[in-house]
Amino acid sequence: MQVSGSRLPSGGRIDREKPIGFSFDGRSYSGYAGDTLASALLANGVSLVGRSFKYHRPRGIFSAGIEEPNALVTFGHDGRRDPNVPATMVELVEGLEAQSQNRWPSLGFDVLAVNQVFAPLLSAGFYYKTFMGPTRRAWLFYEHFIRRAAGLGKASLQPDPDRYDTEYAFTDVAIIGSGPTGLAAALSVARSGARVTLIEQDGAIGGQMLSQPSEGAAADWLAAAGADIAGFPQITVRTRSTAFGLYDGNTIGIVERRDHLGPEPGQTRQLLVLLKAQSIIFTTGAIERPLLFADNDRPGVMLASAASTYLNRFAVACGRTIVVATNNDSAYATARDFAAAGSKVTVLDARPASPLADSARKHGITVLQDHQLLAAHGSPVSAVAFRSGSSEARLSCDLLLTSAGWTPSVHLTSHLGIRPIYDARIGGFVPGSFAAGHFGAGALMGDYTTAEAIERGAAAGLGAACFCGRKAEPHAIPTPDLDEGIARDLPALAVPRRGKVFVDLQTDVTTSDIALSDREGFRSVEHLKRYTTLGMGTDQGKTSNVHAIALMALARDQSIEQTGTTTFRPPYSPVAVGVLAGRSIHGHFKPIRRTPLHDWHLRRGAEMIEVGLWKRPLFYPEHGPDVGAAAIAEMKLVRSAVGLVDVSTLGKIEVAGPDALTFLDRLYVNNLGKLQVGKGRYCVMLRDDGIVFDEGVVIRLAEERFFLTTSTMKAADVQSWMEFLAQTAWPDLRVHITSVTDEWAMLALAGPRSRDVLAAAFPDIATDDESLPKMAVVTGTFAGEVLRIQRVSYSGERAYEIHVGSRRGAALADHLMAAGQPVGVEPYGVDAMGALRIEKGFAAGSEIDGTTTLDDIGLGGLAKKSGGFAGAVLSRRPTLTNPDRRRLVGLQCLDAGRQLRTGSILFSEGAPQRGHGIGHVTAVTFSPETDKQIGLALLSGGPERIGETMLATFPVRNEMVRVRVVSPVFVDPDGARIDA
Amino acid sequence: MLAITCPNCGERNSNEFRYGGDASIVRPSHEDPSEEAWFRYVYIRDNPKGPHREYWQHVGGCRGWLIIERNTSNHVVLGVRRAGECR
Repeated sequence: MQVSGSRLPSGGRIDREKPIGFSFDGRSYSGYAGDTLASALLANGVSLVGRSFKYHRPRGIFSAGIEEPNALVTFGHDGRRDPNVPATMVELVEGLEAQSQNRWPSLGFDVLAVNQVFAPLLSAGFYYKTFMGPTRRAWLFYEHFIRRAAGLGKASLQPDPDRYDTEYAFTDVAIIGSGPTGLAAALSVARSGARVTLIEQDGAIGGQMLSQPSEGAAADWLAAAGADIAGFPQITVRTRSTAFGLYDGNTIGIVERRDHLGPEPGQTRQLLVLLKAQSIIFTTGAIERPLLFADNDRPGVMLASAASTYLNRFAVACGRTIVVATNNDSAYATARDFAAAGSKVTVLDARPASPLADSARKHGITVLQDHQLLAAHGSPVSAVAFRSGSSEARLSCDLLLTSAGWTPSVHLTSHLGIRPIYDARIGGFVPGSFAAGHFGAGALMGDYTTAEAIERGAAAGLGAACFCGRKAEPHAIPTPDLDEGIARDLPALAVPRRGKVFVDLQTDVTTSDIALSDREGFRSVEHLKRYTTLGMGTDQGKTSNVHAIALMALARDQSIEQTGTTTFRPPYSPVAVGVLAGRSIHGHFKPIRRTPLHDWHLRRGAEMIEVGLWKRPLFYPEHGPDVGAAAIAEMKLVRSAVGLVDVSTLGKIEVAGPDALTFLDRLYVNNLGKLQVGKGRYCVMLRDDGIVFDEGVVIRLAEERFFLTTSTMKAADVQSWMEFLAQTAWPDLRVHITSVTDEWAMLALAGPRSRDVLAAAFPDIATDDESLPKMAVVTGTFAGEVLRIQRVSYSGERAYEIHVGSRRGAALADHLMAAGQPVGVEPYGVDAMGALRIEKGFAAGSEIDGTTTLDDIGLGGLAKKSGGFAGAVLSRRPTLTNPDRRRLVGLQCLDAGRQLRTGSILFSEGAPQRGHGIGHVTAVTFSPETDKQIGLALLSGGPERIGETMLATFPVRNEMVRVRVVSPVFVDPDGARIDA
Repeated sequence: MLAITCPNCGERNSNEFRYGGDASIVRPSHEDPSEEAWFRYVYIRDNPKGPHREYWQHVGGCRGWLIIERNTSNHVVLGVRRAGECR
């Protein structure tokens, strides 16, 4: 029978009526409701739970909490597989499946445990020294094997099937940690009437009180405090909730785990809570740290307080013959607990005397003062070596518990940049200071007795209540009568010189690694951390950081204060990306915008494409088997007959008011003063720096009312820019700016037969060229909605844009299709639309790219000669008027059958192909009109180079084609077709 | 999760707002022909640690442009006004 770990017949906070079956590495075990995976494994005598990160050394359960460095397991399978979870934090639920990590082929026999033999090679910086610098090529070869050998669990590659949610929560006072301090604080705040949110990472409130004997003064106190808490409706208790970060605006990031509820449909697995509080009380407590000695990583070595937790809370005695090695008084409670449970207990106290020694001896405990622990022997531990004076001796045991003091959990209080300070009294770091409205109490502040903690917690509660503007009266909170020892006034850290002494168990960093790092000149604690990886594991060095700082101070012969700490950053403990994403996944990651004709496109079988947030039809497969063929057919249709395209995605803005014309005249480069009612104009606006911002059409609907379009992608930015100018720059102008993008469906009819379709569709509206000349607008009604028809072309062909209220968009499309049937109207998609504008040489988003001026894209003629416009002054800067700037040209591909690609770099023939060339290709298409690959480009010197042959290189694919520089207008250079 | 108290809408989460640049710089008048003045307005910025006047727009709310005084070292919002009222 394996003596280590067996369930006691009674006691603990487990429900013996509810046995729970689970498996570990494929073997079935049984525990009870209330167990963690760690306590259940210990109860079943499982002492080996994992292999270490670098050396693959056997490891056992070391702690009972979030600080666990060793017992990392993978649980679940397929999409629900969760790697690197501390077994100490996994609540036992029926059917739980867990696997050990970093072992192959099995936990008991691990091939890479051979790394221990080569340990001298694997010291700090091994990988840097071996594979970086001149031998970097070697890293490229070995990386795969090394990553396989050194590591933790593997994440699932399957989609996560579970649901995660986000909650925004608000409270007056947030209290982080529900130990006696937090409970006292909560009661004290609640009595003032303020709202309290009490955050506890465990499944139950109580903190360290849960680790005290399940019957007695502590348990009674906790039961009474719990009942008091439950009596206050203004206290919200959030258990299974880890506060992982403190952020600006008094916001606490919290993950609430609901994993124990199982994967029920609609069940949220984990919840991200962003809690905003007026005041925060930090009662995050402290974490015990171990003594340092040779082979301190063996299974069977544990933190003293953890063994007490397993004994008192889970009724699991991890050993029968126990050595408790300590340098302080807090571990005496553990010794007493085990003695009371019938174990044989020996205390090795590093100090010459302890006030608790005599009372311990009365409980049958052997107390050896002035004894230094040197080494653990056996795996699992079967004996310890120690030194007394100048002699060394051994003592057999089946469990070795150690305590070297406690480390306050200062993580959260440090997240906003407040450095913790060293408190020599407790041998640990405490919060450096607190922002207004922040309070700290309890073990976090070094208040180590329960009585101190309760008193300070209550006082912090009063402070927080007052900060929230409440009248708060002190109330006496009873304190339990506990016979406690506390960890203060610790002797200097003793470090044995022999053997492998691990400082950071998770990342396998030893005392000699820290010494090596110092010898190699890493003098800052931040450098030490990065060079050795100390504290960089998933536990973030919760049990190792203070030792590392002490060892560094020792090596450098300086004080711990001088050495300082590394920076604490969120998260306090690992947070799954899934819970941060919440519901913002798949289609919810960003909204999808659909035009009023969306379903109409789908009914016609359109292949849809994302354009920004919009879904638009790329092409209609009825016109060809793929986008290339279909788009060519659609282009030919527009050039020869008539096509219909959905342009509802254009941004649409109405500008109204007595000063609307003045506003627009200042905004656009164009002279809008003479724009008549019922007419439109193609307009461009600049940014203040003189670069082109956006283009569109402005229509004067009435004397003081204008309608304008923006490009699809810039709609939101243009709207904000106009509002900025109206509200901050020109607040004296009386103007209203309203987005009407979603109010209007817009269809364009383009092609020589487009007027025939209009005439057939709207016989009551005069659409002849006299009534509707270029850029003019006529209005009518369609199905009870206002209808506008503007003659405007984006393809070079005769064309019209028809606007109607969104809800009639699909009906309008059907109407136009029916009316145009005799002349063969067909819809076309955005691929053909884009290609048509390239053929015509119209600048669009790929040329208006935030670097080009009006002259660069051939629109210099639009700018008014007198009167200012936004961006006018800086647009005249020499650097923006230099003739060598890259300007718009057309390109013709000279190599038949070769592809000219967007993004290609242009070089003169014979010029060295280095750097960024003298131009780049912004858009390409096959031009059915010229039967050639053509493109637009921004080329230094621009039109002056027309006729030259250049090389267009595309280094990503190692391609090069010859091109001829031509006019950007490939089709109908005289502009005759627009009147055809 | 910064909270910004919009003068029109009340206290709202900062993710409803969009940052709009330094508000301590005065825009030249529309007619100002000075390249130097526009150059300074467009390009020259201080990067202070401490209180900073800046434009924010309540894009997810009233669409008002606001001038917010924010401490750049701790993100505490010291004051919020409508941009048009600050002149």
